[in-house]
Amino acid sequence: MVVEALKDHGVDVVFGYPGGAVLPIYDEIFLQNDIRHVTVRHEQGAVHMAEGYARSTGKPGVVLVTSGPGATNAVTGLTDALMDSIPVVVLTGQVPTFMIGTDGFQEADTVGITRPCTKHNWLVKETDKLAGTLHEAFHVATSGRPGPVLVDIPKDVQFADGLYTAPDEAIPSHYQPTVKGDPAAIEALAALMEKAQRPVFYTGGGVINSGPEASRLLRELAEKTGFPVTSTLMGLGAYPASGRNWIGMLGMHGLYEANLAMHGCDLMINVGARFDDRITGRIADFSPKSKKAHIDIDPSSINKVIHVDIPIVGDVANVLADLLAAWEARGSKLNQAGLAKWWSQIEQWKLKKCLQYNNSDKVIKPQYALERLEALTRDRDRYITTEVGQHQMWAAQYLTFEDPNRWMTSGGLGTMGYGLPASIGVQVAHPEALVINVAGEASWLMNMQEMGTAIQFRAPVKQFILNNERLGMVRQWQQLLHGERYSQSWSESLPDFAKLAEAFGCKGIRCADPKHLDEAIMEMLDYDGPVIFDCLVEKHENCYPMIPSGKPHNEMLLGDTGAEDAIGAKGAVLV
Amino acid sequence: MSALKIKKGASSHSAYDLRDPNLEIIETHTLAVVVDNEAGVLARVIGLFAGRGYNIESLTVAEIDHKGHLSRITVVTRGTRAVIEQIKAQLGRLVPVHQVNDLTVEGPSVERELSLFKVAGTGEKRVEALRLADIFRANVVDSTLESFVFEITGTPEKIDAFADLMRPLGLTDVARTGVAALSRGG
Ligand SMILES: Cc1ncc(C[n+]2csc(CCOP(=O)(O)OP(=O)(O)O)c2C)c(N)n1
Ligand SMILES: [Mg+2]
Repeated sequence: MVVEALKDHGVDVVFGYPGGAVLPIYDEIFLQNDIRHVTVRHEQGAVHMAEGYARSTGKPGVVLVTSGPGATNAVTGLTDALMDSIPVVVLTGQVPTFMIGTDGFQEADTVGITRPCTKHNWLVKETDKLAGTLHEAFHVATSGRPGPVLVDIPKDVQFADGLYTAPDEAIPSHYQPTVKGDPAAIEALAALMEKAQRPVFYTGGGVINSGPEASRLLRELAEKTGFPVTSTLMGLGAYPASGRNWIGMLGMHGLYEANLAMHGCDLMINVGARFDDRITGRIADFSPKSKKAHIDIDPSSINKVIHVDIPIVGDVANVLADLLAAWEARGSKLNQAGLAKWWSQIEQWKLKKCLQYNNSDKVIKPQYALERLEALTRDRDRYITTEVGQHQMWAAQYLTFEDPNRWMTSGGLGTMGYGLPASIGVQVAHPEALVINVAGEASWLMNMQEMGTAIQFRAPVKQFILNNERLGMVRQWQQLLHGERYSQSWSESLPDFAKLAEAFGCKGIRCADPKHLDEAIMEMLDYDGPVIFDCLVEKHENCYPMIPSGKPHNEMLLGDTGAEDAIGAKGAVLV
Repeated sequence: MSALKIKKGASSHSAYDLRDPNLEIIETHTLAVVVDNEAGVLARVIGLFAGRGYNIESLTVAEIDHKGHLSRITVVTRGTRAVIEQIKAQLGRLVPVHQVNDLTVEGPSVERELSLFKVAGTGEKRVEALRLADIFRANVVDSTLESFVFEITGTPEKIDAFADLMRPLGLTDVARTGVAALSRGG
């Protein structure tokens, strides 16, 4: 019955790992050929793969794991998907209903443990309710603000024969989030857009989650209004990096021009972002002179951190369509003089060239490695995942994204170990595409067992490890904020990654010389199979720009040298 | 390279801004939440309060519609206006929640709480307890030669006042139901 329901929801692949409490479902899987099963090496990997699958396709990712340890291993993935609003459906086995509460073998209170890290979860105690619950699970995971759900299925419920109801016969769910924005609020925003002298679109993952139409409408709106567009880490690709209104990513490691535009704007239009603390910096000084509008499908995101003037609850695509129509119906008016001045100010800021770094011909700078990776892969059908750390921020800064669903990174939870399994999930969904995981050596080790999955399922993922032999981001914080006390931020006893590749049965490449880097990257791209690329980079490079936590946007550090000046020169960069 | 001179005491040594951004007036609100009467729904609501650091002053829950499988949770909570708004929004996005009403701001409402008070004593104190109970319209629901159990219904303030009076008279046990509340009128 479970497999039937999955088929009815258009599921073509399940990421999972068997065990005693899910054997009846594994039997069902054995007896059919429509749904592919990707057997992982650790259940955390299964959830990250499902996330990679979901983020690159817009469809929910499905996970099947056993009770007890299978379920607890999935917890990090669930929390990650919750923080980043990724639709994932996790099915867990459970001890039979008559054993629940007896501390049975591999019993865990799975719904209890996962209650705070799922959007919703269910324990199904009757077989007749199984089909309806599975349909509801897909509905909840994918509607409104997407998120992970979990259905816990005791073994006797899996075995018993029950009534299957198809999704279209199921009782309609009462869970129906608001998707149309309030017309009066949209009208009010359109009116502000006409007068704005220094507007900015602050876009986020909500644009991607809303679907391709939302990205298309954002582009149209930006094109027609000429307003600058910045994005959070989660929203990269919704507006193309080559677009003429693009001013780069914002936030703690965002671009100078993007953060100053946020600080100095007079109209901020938040489209599907959530004023995360990595974005706002010090709340009291956040964009002090702007009127703020916030478009979000989740009412609890609005006024949670930052008070806004125009809240609009609704799906981004719907609201942007209505906003465009409202603004055009009012005559497509703009404050052209103001906008021209604003753009010349932004161009001024761009002259800072905040991503400049001191290159070297002796050692590979991580920024250089990413610039070369970008240059050599830009024109390909490319998907990027990352781990968490400095390399992640550099990837966001130096790689460019032209389309949504091409960039998968753990934003909200910041989960080291996300990137490798996520890259496999992406590759499973897009077998012909080039899928690269930009990794740090420490993060990569956290889920490296999944290399076995990549090889078994012929997922030719490229693991591009920027190996600085350091927990680089931790080291950077210790250098800048903890008096250079480098407590436990070395990567000790690292394996030889190239040999590790060989041991797994794939290709290993090592490169330490900037002169040979292009050649080595080409070798990685040309290899028809998974590659572990050990890119030995400068060990003590810092990631800039950086807004230290608790600092406002206009107190950004731009580099090791000017760092102290930037802090002292408060206000000098204000508009 | 030397460490940057970032002011101590500020939150810059933390990965988070540790200061409370909304140090404002604290208000008490009574929220009525209609939920699916399904397993774990109360844990979900309580977990939300605990996980996000909200207060629960009192909480009552019971089924209100057997056929529709609906329960009503009445929760009294405290927080700044922004926090109260956030609590309502967070409750509203729980999947089994059908409706959230803030009885404190949505027009007039009535609030009642039932409690039981055990007062032990003899002589003067015993007589005085009975006299005060009469004034408060509390009923005697159990009595021995050395004790009474009073039942009293009213607003939480009335019950607090009764408790204050009973304490010197030999109050030994209290059981309070927490607030049940409804909006007034049609
Ligand atoms: C599971 C987990 N544990 C700890 C952290 C804290 N943390 C953030 S970045 C980082 C260092 C990452 O090192 P590496 O993967 O080598 O990346 P680099 O910063 O060196 O590029 C650590 C330990 C985390 N984000 N996730
Ligand atoms: Mg590292």
